[in-house]
Amino acid sequence: MEKVILIKYGELTTKKKNRSYFVKALLDRISSQLKNLNVQIQRDLSRMLIRVDEEHFSQVLEKLQTIFGIHAYNIAYKVLPIEEEITEMVKEVIKSEDFDTFKVEVKRSNKAFPLTSQEFAKVLGGVVLKNSENKRVDVHHPTLTIHVEIRDKEAFIYTNSYKGLGGYPTGVQGTGLLMLSGGIDSPVAGYLAQKRGIKLEAVYFEALPHTSLEAREKVISLARVLAKYQGDVKLHVVPFTKIQEEIYKNGKPDYTITIMRRMMYRIMERLCKKQKAKCIINGESIGQVASQTLSSMKVINAVTNFPVIRPVACLDKLEIMDIARDIGTYDISILPYEDCCTVFVPKHPVINPTLDTCLAIEKNLNFEKLLDEVVENTFVIKVGCEEQEEFKAFL
Amino acid sequence: MIYFDNASTTIPNEEVLDTFTEVTKKFIGNPNSMHQLGYQAKKLIDEATKQVADLLSVKQEEVIFTSSASEANNMAVQGILKAYPFRNKKIVTTPLEHASLQVLFNDLEKNGVEIHYLKLQENGQIDLEDLQKELESEPLLVSIQHVNSEVGIIQNVEEIGKIIQNYPKTFFHVDATQSIGKLPISLENIDLLTCSAHKFFGLKGIACLVKKAQIQLVPLIFGGKSQSIYRAGTPSPALIASFSKALRLAKESETLSFKHVSKLKEKLEQGLQEIDGIIINSYQAGSPYIVNFSIPTVKSETLLHALSEREVYVSTKTACSKGNQSEVLKALMKDDIVASHSIRVSFSKDNTLEEVEQFLKILKEELAVLNFKKGAN
Repeated sequence: MEKVILIKYGELTTKKKNRSYFVKALLDRISSQLKNLNVQIQRDLSRMLIRVDEEHFSQVLEKLQTIFGIHAYNIAYKVLPIEEEITEMVKEVIKSEDFDTFKVEVKRSNKAFPLTSQEFAKVLGGVVLKNSENKRVDVHHPTLTIHVEIRDKEAFIYTNSYKGLGGYPTGVQGTGLLMLSGGIDSPVAGYLAQKRGIKLEAVYFEALPHTSLEAREKVISLARVLAKYQGDVKLHVVPFTKIQEEIYKNGKPDYTITIMRRMMYRIMERLCKKQKAKCIINGESIGQVASQTLSSMKVINAVTNFPVIRPVACLDKLEIMDIARDIGTYDISILPYEDCCTVFVPKHPVINPTLDTCLAIEKNLNFEKLLDEVVENTFVIKVGCEEQEEFKAFL
Repeated sequence: MIYFDNASTTIPNEEVLDTFTEVTKKFIGNPNSMHQLGYQAKKLIDEATKQVADLLSVKQEEVIFTSSASEANNMAVQGILKAYPFRNKKIVTTPLEHASLQVLFNDLEKNGVEIHYLKLQENGQIDLEDLQKELESEPLLVSIQHVNSEVGIIQNVEEIGKIIQNYPKTFFHVDATQSIGKLPISLENIDLLTCSAHKFFGLKGIACLVKKAQIQLVPLIFGGKSQSIYRAGTPSPALIASFSKALRLAKESETLSFKHVSKLKEKLEQGLQEIDGIIINSYQAGSPYIVNFSIPTVKSETLLHALSEREVYVSTKTACSKGNQSEVLKALMKDDIVASHSIRVSFSKDNTLEEVEQFLKILKEELAVLNFKKGAN
């Protein structure tokens, strides 16, 4: 008996003419995530079939849960397309299933098979009834559906499907730049953006020496979690200290955060152009803090006409925290290191800033040259989903 | 030289030594310092700890480095007694434990802690019925070694752990000093576990206590921030990295080494059986790393010194125990002669069949001389 995995495309199949592009992207993602696991992948119009040996089976299943674009998948048992073999397998399969009602669905592309699909479904229904107790057939809402597919050289038997991550294969929408702080919200925002097919590069605003290297390490750890879903993440480290100090020295205290965010957006736009990214992504959630009120967003957003995607804008903090726990960023995010947004916080940041005030303040700041310099000095750390190798030599 | 005393300590692996010296040179900062040098040292410790945790299938924060297995054993027992002052101050253990526990238990007994020594079966394994009975009184701790250091009896700690799981007020400590890196062990049902690097080709001075996250423990050594909040003192990046590397190498060769030393044990026991009057104390089902035998006509110390003269190194009993006779063997064999005339041979993966042959030859020669002298007296 051999086990195989069947992957359904879900939403991808609605993309008509673009369908093959989406499916190809998914195939690429699956191939790259499953490399070294000794799999063979076959694709047809409605799904993919992954053949994998027993040794790597659980590893493959684990990896499938990191691939966006997989709507659902089944674990199918492969036997020869012979009545007896299929019947025996169905008996075997129901042993480990917990169900009250069931139906059997047979698909037959092998027309040499002696029974029609309906006939064979009836026969198998009888087999299930005979080999179980207190079970009923329910063709409308069964708790268990037993699928049997009879092909020319093989037959597959599988039951209920497992849920995949859904969404689109990462990368089909191009690249977006994520503002990644050390907090709880931004990694979740990044994850949700990946889910809709955006490949991420992350941007970290660093305020050395006001922030520590541990804070940077924390952001790298967060990027590493996101790398699980797309492969390497480029982390752009922006040396932001000079700009922050300039704002702090010359600005109005209650406006420091507003102006700081406007500067960040300006840098983001420049980096987007440089990296040919199509959007800015961040973890802003409406009303969560002073700089995230709608009035603040409007004034801050005014510096760029790049789309700013805020995947968690309409989620409650608790909802965001739930996702963070699910994807494994929560425990990293709550490590207590200061980031650039927390070192220069005024006592009373403005809640309803106006654009005029911002412009007036910025007129006194000598920031254009500073912005150039900061973008110039931004450097990239490539973060893979595996731990850094730098210490491996010793261990 | 024939080194057959690997249960006392192993000869450090060259690669492990390289790690130690290189890390000592390159990571000069105190891991507790906030600057870049300190931070680098701390990162290395984190990575090394994580590797150890992965190899043992536990969480990183569950790994606590100590200076020795004795410290780890003391920390586990004393720490748990202090952390749960209102539970039944009773420890269930075996008469086979290492001196670091045996002596501690004697002391605790004087201070009002009840110590119960489990009955042993013919094969040296504990009597599970006796354990079941004792568990009814909800003792705070059960402490049982995985592999006995003198005779090599393997206790079925996985099964014992499962039984103890049914008693939520009882914790389970396993002294796995003689088994980690040699025999597979699952930590699933074990709450606390001791192991030490120098038993698997690492360096002396670094050992580890695994403590499951949900368990409270009061430290033995108090102080500031360190590798773990449960043990103060500046952690040594070089020792911790060397531990991690030694464990990785040992785990990688665990299965092959086991097969290899099994052959050595078989060969040695075959050879020993040809010697008149010899009593083999180790068990068929015991650890293949340890062979224990007694020669009633010759005192073990005399034989040890005679062999040592010929650059053959074995032990009389565990190198750490005091007194003239083996308490373990006495408990097992109920015979003073056997207990005071025992020799332990302990292998490593680096020993060879030729060494076993050579050893048997030298042993026979020395015995002939010693028995002759005795006869002449």
